[in-house]
Amino acid sequence: MDLAFTKEERTFREEVRQFLRETVPGEMRRKLVEGTQLSKDEMVAWWRILNKKGWCVNQWPKEYGGTGWTSVQQYIFKEELQMYPAPVPLAFGVAMVGPVIYTFGNEAQRKHYLPRIANMDDWWCQGFSEPEAGSDLASLKTKAERKGDKYVINGQKTWTTLAQYADMIFCLCRTDPAAKKQSGISFILVDMKSKGITVRPIQTIDGGYEINEVFFDEVEVPVQNLVGEENNGWHYAKFLLGQERTGIARVGVSKERIRRIKEVGSKFESSGRPIIEDPVFREKLTSCEIELKALELTQLRVIADENKHSSGMPNPASSVLKIKGSEIQQTTTELLLQVIGPLAAAYGGNIDSSNEAMNWIAQIAPSYFNNRKVSIYGGSNEIQRNIISKAVLGL
Amino acid sequence: MDFELSEEQRLLKESVDGLLANTYDFEQRKRYIKENGGWSKLIWQKLAGQGLLGVPFAESDGGFGAGAVETMIIMEAIGRALVLEPYLPTVVICGGFLRHGGSVAQKVAHLPSIIDGSRTLAFAQLEKSSRYDLYDITTSAKKRGKGWVIDGEKLVVINGQSAETLVVTARSRGAQRDKGGIGVFLVPADAKGLTKKIYATQDGLHAADVTFTSVEVGAEAVVGDPENALSLIERVVDEARAALCAEAVGAMDESLKITVEYLKTRKQFGVLIGSFQSLRHRAADMFVALEQARSMSMLATMATNCDDAADRLQLVAAAKVQIARSGKLIGEEAIQLHGGIGMTMDARIGHYFKRLTMVERAFGDPGYHLRRVSESGPLV
Repeated sequence: MDLAFTKEERTFREEVRQFLRETVPGEMRRKLVEGTQLSKDEMVAWWRILNKKGWCVNQWPKEYGGTGWTSVQQYIFKEELQMYPAPVPLAFGVAMVGPVIYTFGNEAQRKHYLPRIANMDDWWCQGFSEPEAGSDLASLKTKAERKGDKYVINGQKTWTTLAQYADMIFCLCRTDPAAKKQSGISFILVDMKSKGITVRPIQTIDGGYEINEVFFDEVEVPVQNLVGEENNGWHYAKFLLGQERTGIARVGVSKERIRRIKEVGSKFESSGRPIIEDPVFREKLTSCEIELKALELTQLRVIADENKHSSGMPNPASSVLKIKGSEIQQTTTELLLQVIGPLAAAYGGNIDSSNEAMNWIAQIAPSYFNNRKVSIYGGSNEIQRNIISKAVLGL
Repeated sequence: MDFELSEEQRLLKESVDGLLANTYDFEQRKRYIKENGGWSKLIWQKLAGQGLLGVPFAESDGGFGAGAVETMIIMEAIGRALVLEPYLPTVVICGGFLRHGGSVAQKVAHLPSIIDGSRTLAFAQLEKSSRYDLYDITTSAKKRGKGWVIDGEKLVVINGQSAETLVVTARSRGAQRDKGGIGVFLVPADAKGLTKKIYATQDGLHAADVTFTSVEVGAEAVVGDPENALSLIERVVDEARAALCAEAVGAMDESLKITVEYLKTRKQFGVLIGSFQSLRHRAADMFVALEQARSMSMLATMATNCDDAADRLQLVAAAKVQIARSGKLIGEEAIQLHGGIGMTMDARIGHYFKRLTMVERAFGDPGYHLRRVSESGPLV
């Protein structure tokens, strides 16, 4: 047993850090620290820099552009991006549909899509949830009917993150209406420019526009866009959800936010002294740091364990990461809100965006509001508890 | 980064788990509590027979030269079976003082009888007003000739009822809360002027309040520097804290197992109560708390090897906070999920809860350790 990173791992971390110092645009970093939304162009430009370095799809097999890094290196890489901070590669393409395509797709699909994912030529979004299929995903209704060499898709997806930027969407569609719930579902790739697709933005409580409804009205898709076998999509979806495991706890994001809390907490006063010195505040912050330290180790234990018995399917222990990781993210945004105190209410409407002080204060409450999502998405924390009680405890 | 046990460590784990599986069920434990001193001499001999009492000591001292991970393995097993025998005070703590501060003569005098199980020790540290500060000491050690005279009172000395030798912290100079002027002394339990009030602790162990009235010891009683032993005490107590973390993880692990087993057998409203989502979710939260505690127990174990005392202190303190919080959640939820039966002395689960409650405040409660973590710079 040895919980220290090896010399090679520490050198690797330094190499990543050095690269970020040299290549991350200062303006983008500032926006991320303050919580301002980035533009599509900013993100794509950055991911192309990563891809040029060969790091964008690092976790993929080498033959498709992966780096051959160990899972600990992959973890370090992602953590460094989150801490710097710089945007991590778009999960929908790199961590979700990419692995499904190279594992279950055909040669033509691999050749066409994988390089385009790596270089962000296609922005992917995820068509899983529906108005009547949230946590109960398998009750989805969007239909794809086979007509000659085409599928015709009708239905509606929702909570579709950044669909407004997307070129492609991977969808779970019902292809056999007679089959039982989980059977009869297929995994289909759809061009967002297809006739009959309408994207309607949903404004979230923080005021932002991240998520959308996507409507399908007689959308025609070539049958070549089916991944794997027809009616076997549920299996691919489960595989997909098992992929995003090194980052689910978002340890680096919380580390960076704790650093930020300490920075601004030493500037804001409460009863005549910096709030960071207030014992009640301090206790909360330190408790959160301890939970985060424990979570980091738990995350690394899950990674080590998966290396040993890799099935490619979700490890039920990763539900622990989801629950704790989301709780900690929510606590850190709440602590930041506490730092600025009554100023939290200010600057809700249009603000002078050239005024930096106003700018970052204006983002604090929205960030807290927005982070309520993290215990809901990706399988709500209640679903994670169901998974633990069933798959781990055998209840 | 490596979370695996070595082959030898796996064998050690099998050996200690196997021994306790055969000798330490709940009914057997009840019998051991009733023996003289509140624990079983026979079990202690079995532990010695398998070499477990010599694990941390150097091979040149007759031990196995093993490290913190081996202690973690043994303590986890001890926690799982709620072992009463004085492994922590004798081997981990008093053995720790001898390993880190003992002279060759002291090692020769004490280690063989620890390792062969013929004698046990106890750590006399806590005082009426010291709470968790290891340097808050009123017990005095005054130089007389070549030896020392000790006066004062120590409370809740675990295994004080049985120990042949006490390791006593005492003040050789300075005021009650000075960090200098502290010494560590080996005092025979039958020394003239030493009296004991013996009792059972709330969690089933036994202890003594010990009064020292002009107790005379020779120069050979001093462990380390008689005027400057605080860093030695801090080091040994950090090892004890790490060991307690491991013990607590064993107790939490078993508590969750027992509780899940109960949820799978107890029926109400015609169904197993484990089918109720409100109970399943509470059990899932216990699992989350257990895994977080397990991670931090490993961290505390590795931290005891830190070269830098400040790093060690912070990491062990952080672990102790996590273990205390997880232990409280698991202990309390285990009782709740058992319902009325969890309140009875006849059910195993309550005894785990009581032990976890006491581990939470042994050598520092969460409030104390939170302050230490927060005063030591960034943790993450």
